[in-house]
Parts: sequence; C-alpha cells; structure tokens
Amino acid sequence: MLNNRDIVINVKNLTKKFGDFIANDNLNFEVYKGEIFGFLGANGAGKTTAMKIICGLSLPTSGELTVAGYNIYKQQDKIKANIGYMSQKFSLYEDLTVFENIRFYAGIYGLSLKIILRRADDLIKKLGMENMRNTLVRSLPLGWRQKLAFSIAIIHKPQIVFLDEPTGGVDPITRRQFWDLIYDAANEGITVFVTTHYMDEAEYCDRVSIMVEGRIEALGSPQELKSQFDVQDMNSVFIKLARG
Amino acid sequence: MNRFRAFVKKEFYHIFRDKRTMLILFGMPIMQILLFGFVITTEIKNIKIAIWDKSKDEVTQRITNKILGSSFFKLVKTIENEAEIEQAFKKGEIKEVLIFESNFSKKFNSNKSADIQIITDASDPNVANLIVNYTTAILYSFTAFENANIKMPMQIITESTMLYNAELKSVFMFVPGTMAMILMLVSAMITSIAITREKELGTMEILLVSPLKVSQIIIGKVAPYVLLSLINVLTIIFLAVTVFEMPIVGSFMLLFAVSTLFIFMALSLGILISTVTSDQQTAMMISLIALMLPTILLSGFIFPIENMPEILQWITKIIPPKYFISAIKDIMLKGSDFQHIWKDVTVLAGMTVFLLLVSIKKFKIRLE
Amino acid sequence: MRTIFFILQKEFNQIKRNLFMLQLMIILPVVQLIVLANAATMDIKNINLAIVDRDVSTLSRQLISKFEGSPFFTITYRDFSEKEALNQILINEADAVIVIPENFQKKLIKNDKAKLQFSVNAINGMSAGITNYYIQSIILDFNKKIISDWKMPSSELKNMKSINVKFQHWYNKELIFNIFMVPGILVVLVTIMGMFLPGLNLVREKEIGTIEQINVTPIKKYQFILGKLIPFLIISFIELTLGLLVGIPLFSVPVVGSFLVLYGAALVYLFAVLGFGLLLSTFANTQQQLMFLAFFVLIIYILMSGIFTPTESMPDWGKAINAINPIYYFMNAIRMIILKGAGFYDIRSQIFPLLIYGIIVFSLAIFRYRKTAV
Repeated sequence: MLNNRDIVINVKNLTKKFGDFIANDNLNFEVYKGEIFGFLGANGAGKTTAMKIICGLSLPTSGELTVAGYNIYKQQDKIKANIGYMSQKFSLYEDLTVFENIRFYAGIYGLSLKIILRRADDLIKKLGMENMRNTLVRSLPLGWRQKLAFSIAIIHKPQIVFLDEPTGGVDPITRRQFWDLIYDAANEGITVFVTTHYMDEAEYCDRVSIMVEGRIEALGSPQELKSQFDVQDMNSVFIKLARG
Repeated sequence: MNRFRAFVKKEFYHIFRDKRTMLILFGMPIMQILLFGFVITTEIKNIKIAIWDKSKDEVTQRITNKILGSSFFKLVKTIENEAEIEQAFKKGEIKEVLIFESNFSKKFNSNKSADIQIITDASDPNVANLIVNYTTAILYSFTAFENANIKMPMQIITESTMLYNAELKSVFMFVPGTMAMILMLVSAMITSIAITREKELGTMEILLVSPLKVSQIIIGKVAPYVLLSLINVLTIIFLAVTVFEMPIVGSFMLLFAVSTLFIFMALSLGILISTVTSDQQTAMMISLIALMLPTILLSGFIFPIENMPEILQWITKIIPPKYFISAIKDIMLKGSDFQHIWKDVTVLAGMTVFLLLVSIKKFKIRLE
Repeated sequence: MRTIFFILQKEFNQIKRNLFMLQLMIILPVVQLIVLANAATMDIKNINLAIVDRDVSTLSRQLISKFEGSPFFTITYRDFSEKEALNQILINEADAVIVIPENFQKKLIKNDKAKLQFSVNAINGMSAGITNYYIQSIILDFNKKIISDWKMPSSELKNMKSINVKFQHWYNKELIFNIFMVPGILVVLVTIMGMFLPGLNLVREKEIGTIEQINVTPIKKYQFILGKLIPFLIISFIELTLGLLVGIPLFSVPVVGSFLVLYGAALVYLFAVLGFGLLLSTFANTQQQLMFLAFFVLIIYILMSGIFTPTESMPDWGKAINAINPIYYFMNAIRMIILKGAGFYDIRSQIFPLLIYGIIVFSLAIFRYRKTAV
C-alpha cells in the first residue's frame, strides 16, 4: 500500500505557542497518499492543536505546511475544499434528518444535485440505514451517528480526511465496524489522518506518530516501533515513551 | 447543616464569578435609573417649530420673542406658504407651525382681537397636545400682560398645588417601575434560567440524589439572587434620593419590607417557571413575554391603568408588579402607612404563597 | 450562490423542526400588538374629582355642575372636609381636589376677585399636567360665562385685547394615541425578533460544536452569516406584514404613505438590526450570556427611541446615544411613512444613517466572527 509515495501533508518546523506555553514544538513529518496515519499522544500532548492547524482551523506560530499540495497560509480555501473532518464533538445537526444532513454537507462542497442524490443513496445503503433516511439524527444511537458523521465527512471524496478521536465512547463492536469504514476510505485512495488514544487502534494504522509534551517522539509503522522499543504491543511502546 | 453551608457557598461562588453577567446585573439598574431620570422624559423641551408671520410687525415680533424665550420651543424655520408646511412636517423638521394673520398688530390694537393659527404634527398626539397647551398658556400670559391696566370684573384666581411632585418630575413615576422591572429580571427571569440550566446540564439530578433536602436545594439556589436583588433595590433608592432628590416620605423600613416581599414573590414565580420548562430558551421566552412586557406595560409603570380599556384593567389585576408599584409610590411619595397599603401587601403575600405551593407541588410530581 | 442555497435550506429545515418556537415567533407578537397598543395609552379618559364646597352658593353649584357635565370628570366625593378630600387622593380614590372657599360668590361679585384652590395628585407628572389643564380650562370657561351672564360689558372691558387661538392637528385630528403606538410597537416586535434570534442561533452552533465542522468546509464567512440572516429577515417581514394586516384595521390606523417606501425602509432597518444582533453574538459564548447582553442593549435602545416620549426633549448626551441607536431612526421613519406619507426623499436623514450603521455592524460582525479559531 505504501508503494505510492506522493506526499499529501508536509509539515516542516511547525511550532504553536499560546503565550509562554509551547503546544507544538518544531514538528516535522510527512503523510503519504492513501495511508492511514495515526496521530497518537496522551491528553494535552498537543495532538488536537496540531490537527486543527493542519485543517486550517487555526494558524501556526511558525513553520511551513502544505496540505493536499496547497500552502496553508495562502491557499486555505483550496485546502478546505480537499479535506474532510470529523471531530470528537458531535458534528451533525441533531434537528435535521439523516438525508438532510447528507444533502447539506454535500451541497456546501459544491456537488451537483444529481450527484448528491446518488451519493446519498449509496451512503445510506452502505450503512444499512434505508429505514432511517428520514429519521432525525437526534434519535439515532451514538454508534450510528458516528458512522454517519464519518461517511458525510468523505461525501465529497476529499484527498484527506481528518478524524479527531472518532471512536470515543462507543462499544468495541461498533469501533470495529467504524474501522472497516476507514479501511474502505483508504482503499478508495483517501488519506486518513486519525488521532486516538486507543492503543489497539494504533495497530490498525499504516504509520503512527507519538507525541509527548508537544514533540513527536516516535514515528513509523507499528511494526517498526515495536521492534525499535523491543516490546510486544503498541501500548507498551506508548508507556515506554511516556516514562521517558 | 455544614453540607448546606458548603452548597450555598458554591452557589454564591458560581454566580459572582461570571464577571460579564455581574456587570450587566449591577450596571442595568444604574443605567436605567439614569436614563429615566435624565433622558426619558414626558416633559417637552426644545420642540422645533416654524413660524409663518404674515404681518411681520411689532406685536408679532413680541409674541415670537415671548414664545422663543421659553425653553419649550426652538425656531428652526420660517415659512412663507402652505406647501412648505406639509413639506416640513413630512421631513419631520418641525412639530408645530404658528401662523400670524396679516395686519396682526392693527387688528390686535384697534379691533382688540387678532387670530393666531396653530398647526401641529399630531402623528405624536401627546406631544401635539402638550404643544398646544404650552403655546396657549404663553399666549394667554401675553394678553394678560397687555391687559394689565384694565380692571377685570369677577376674576376667579386659581391656585393649583401639585401634590407629592411639585415639579412634575417624570422620574418619580419611573423609579418604582424600574425597581419592579429589575427585580422581575433578577429574581424571576434569571432564577428560572439558572435552574433550567442546571436541569439541561444534568447537574440538578446529582443535587437531588445528594443528602440535601429539596427545600435546601431551592433555598441555596435562590439565596444569591435575594442578595443581588436587595443590593439592586438599595442602589435604585440611593440614586433616586441622591441624584433625583426623590423623597422618602414614608418609613424606609416599610419600603424595604415591601421590596423584600416582592423579591420573594418574583423568586417563587421564577421557581414556578423553572418547574414547567426544560430548557433555557423556553424559560427565557416565557420570562420575556409573560413577565417583562406586562411589567412594563400593564403595571402602571409608564401608562396609567385607569386609562386602559376595561378588559385590560381586569388583566392588570393579576400582574404582581401593579401592586408593588402602587405600594412603593404611596410609601415614598405620599408617606402612606401600612394601613393604607395593606391591600397591596396582602395581595402580594397571597400571590407568593400561591406560587410557592404550586411550585412545590409541580416539583414533587417531577420527582415521582 | 449554490452554497448559500444549501445553507438556507438547512436553516429553514431547522426552523421548521422547532414548530413551537416558530408559532411563538409568529403568533405572540401579534397578540402583543393587540394588547399592548390598547394598554399604551396616555389619553386621559376619566379624572376622579373630590369637591369641597364651603360656599354653597348659586355660583359654586353652577361651577360644580360644569364639572359634572364634562365627560372628563367624575365627582367621587363631595363634602365639607378638605382633610377628608385630600385623604381621598392619599388612598387613590381621587385624582384632584377642588376647594371652593366660603364667601366665594360674595367676593366674586363685590370685590370682582375670588380665589379658588385645587390640588392635583402629581406623582404621574404627565397626567397631572393634563388634569391641571382641563381643570383650568373649565374654570376659565365658567369665568367667561358668568361675566357675560352677570355683568354688563363695561366700556373698559371693550378695551380688552385678546388673541383668538385656533388650532388644527394634522395627521391625527382627534389625537388618538393608538394610531401613534401601533407603528411603534410593530418596530419593537420586529426588533426583538431580529436582534435575538439570528444571534442565538449562531451562538447555539458554537455551544453544540457544529460551527467547528462548518469552519473546515469551504463555506465563506459571509455565506454562513447570510445563511443565519436571510431566514430571519424573511420571518421578520412576515411578522411586519402580519402586524400591519392586523393592526391597521383593528385600530383604524390611517395609512397615508406607500407600502413600498415602508418595506424599503424596513429592509434597510432589518439589515442593520440583524447585523447588530450578529455582532453581539460574537461577544458571547453561551446563549445565556447573549440573552443578557441583548436584553440590556435592547431595553436601553427601545426606551430611548422615542416610542413613548419625545426625543427632542432629551439632553445632548441622550441625543448623542440616539445617534447610534438604529431603533430611533426607524421609529421615526415608520411613523413618518405611515402617518404622514413621507417618501424616500423625506426620510433620507433616517435611512442613510441606518444604511451606514448596517454596513459598519456587518463588517464588524464578519470581521469578529473568526473563521479560524485561535
């Protein structure tokens, strides 16, 4: 899968300060097209801050960034058209129906009505939500909502999709189903950038980076990291890193 | 008891920490009283007028000077023909036109009678009415002065006394009303929103399963607002007395006691609203529409109840601020004792008890 | 353009979902218009009078019957105790007390001069002024009548000069207060809608977190803000139309001006008010904060706008505040249009400030609503 080495996210010397506090300290990494890139770290390690900068929700203090081939300072609009995003906060409108949410998000990415209708049908069918098409999102169980939110985040077939702790608070079975959706997206060529603190999920990624106190302390495929730290699973890698 | 004290402490901390809200809650009464005292006045002053003087002689000049010498009117335009009047009114440049007939001084001095025509812009009927009254009064005093040397038969000399408010200050009317409005806002509206917020966030349930009694929870919730309201009452009274020289003829203790009673009434109302709503927006809409507007318009705050249509007069009977405003006015301005205002006080007390009973009942139903 | 269409579709769907709120928004203001326009009246219909007649003469009785005959007065107390009469004011049973002193008739005929005292409850200064005026004019009329009835006009009297005052009230001949209040209350109702709802809506997206999702999409700031604005602009127009449809026939408001001018002015005004509400919303993180903030500003603006009281009488600093009060401009404009038939040219000094105001608050709102959060 990593044969294709096109770089879709290029981060060079990214630093973000809030006053005296350094949230991101000189980050450098690349994300390749079509890979699932895990962005790991304890709470407060700075992963959400970095991710918000990469999606254009906030600006870095210094550093050079290109996302989907566009410059973060000059071409934010282009970037926004080429990425999808799903945050840990629930991002669908609870007082709209499943279909209305799909139509709205597809519409604002400029898809034509014909394509919107076709993709909405595909999406609903794929998720097996045919009988929930006109149900208010409010009355869907959390697992369904998250699957729906993810599918909507990639409805415009972005180059990259950013997932900020997408599986927080759902049961292991739903999490497994959710990861199936992520694999499908990656197979379609969408790069997946995911933050998580579930270490078992880290195993599903092609490559992971681990952040500690604002710095990236480890970067590589799960296999590489495990052998680098000489442990059996990602959890142990993480614990070793955290202990310094 | 210790637990209760800790809870009340937490509630105080909670409310007094939000600086922005504090600023509004303390700033609002001050701002409003100052506005009512200085800016919102039903008196007229500097009303823009135009004059169409068809004779331009010595007498019309003297009358003009007399009219402009008062602070009520300001000449902004002279007019030469009918069409100009309409234009000036339409643009809203003037509120009154004074028309002197031609040969005014000749008619006034020889025929002993001359005509002045007043045209007002009555799109604001109050102002139009006042303008006519003031203008006629000035003209009347002008002729009286001209006739000073004539001995008049059978003159009735009227002496009028303006009781309780010799200078007809409108702020005297507005102080009790502003008090009612602020207390309704702080005690009823904000209490209801604060409690519904707690429900929305789910923290109410945590409190309810704690060893605190329901009555303790409610008391703890409203205690900070009682304090806030009392501070507001004192602020308003202080400003009214010091800045606007409003007297407190009656007993200060009675005034304070009635205000406290009203605060409790408003709090019960707030608690009741919070028991029937589940989210802040609805609580706000109900408070805004069912409390604020009637407090402003149906309580006798600005518009006298006696002038309203009969049906509305009946409706005002269930508006609590009506009784509060009436009692406060009587105590402050007329120096009424308890025996004069016992009716108002009884109604307020009755309403408080009733509202509390209903809220307790609703609250219990909710718990079951 | 397509993007805005999808945003609007979403906003309307959301409004439609909250039917209770929608009904509240549409129906309540109309009910309020009906009730409030009736309540807000300065017309004095009845003055309760306490009369103390110590003279008990032909003239005193004649004077009292003058008051009895007037539609404005009801005599609620008639006795000899001045103290008791004043007490009637204290307990709110009477609005004014007239005391006719002993020997009133005698002095009037013999000395050509007699005193008459009256006291008015002046707590409401405005009503007191009018009551005073009514009492004075009845006494003056009475005075004229007895002079002509009892005394032959003397030669001296012929030398008395007088000015005949004739007055005409334009645009509202009978000085009916409702006609003045209906447009005023309409302004308030439309304003409450415009100032609270779009802002609350925007802050709600902040509270729920959907705004973050919107911010990573290619939606432009102005598109998002327009999406919040247009639905409420439309609802405000429906509101205004409904208010006019109910208010005009119900209170027989004479509409002199053109609806085209009215709606044109309303469009400019709503643009300014909605923009202002959105600007306020950028200062608040929760709906509760916004409610307090908007409520605070709204009360000040409404009271200062001249809805009940003349704005000319304000001190200079009050007028200075009004210079940045959009309600003040529209309050003037709507009355000028409806009651006086002013055209666009006549209301230009109301419309231009509103237009500038709208442009400024809008730019500020868009500027402050940072699409990129820090």
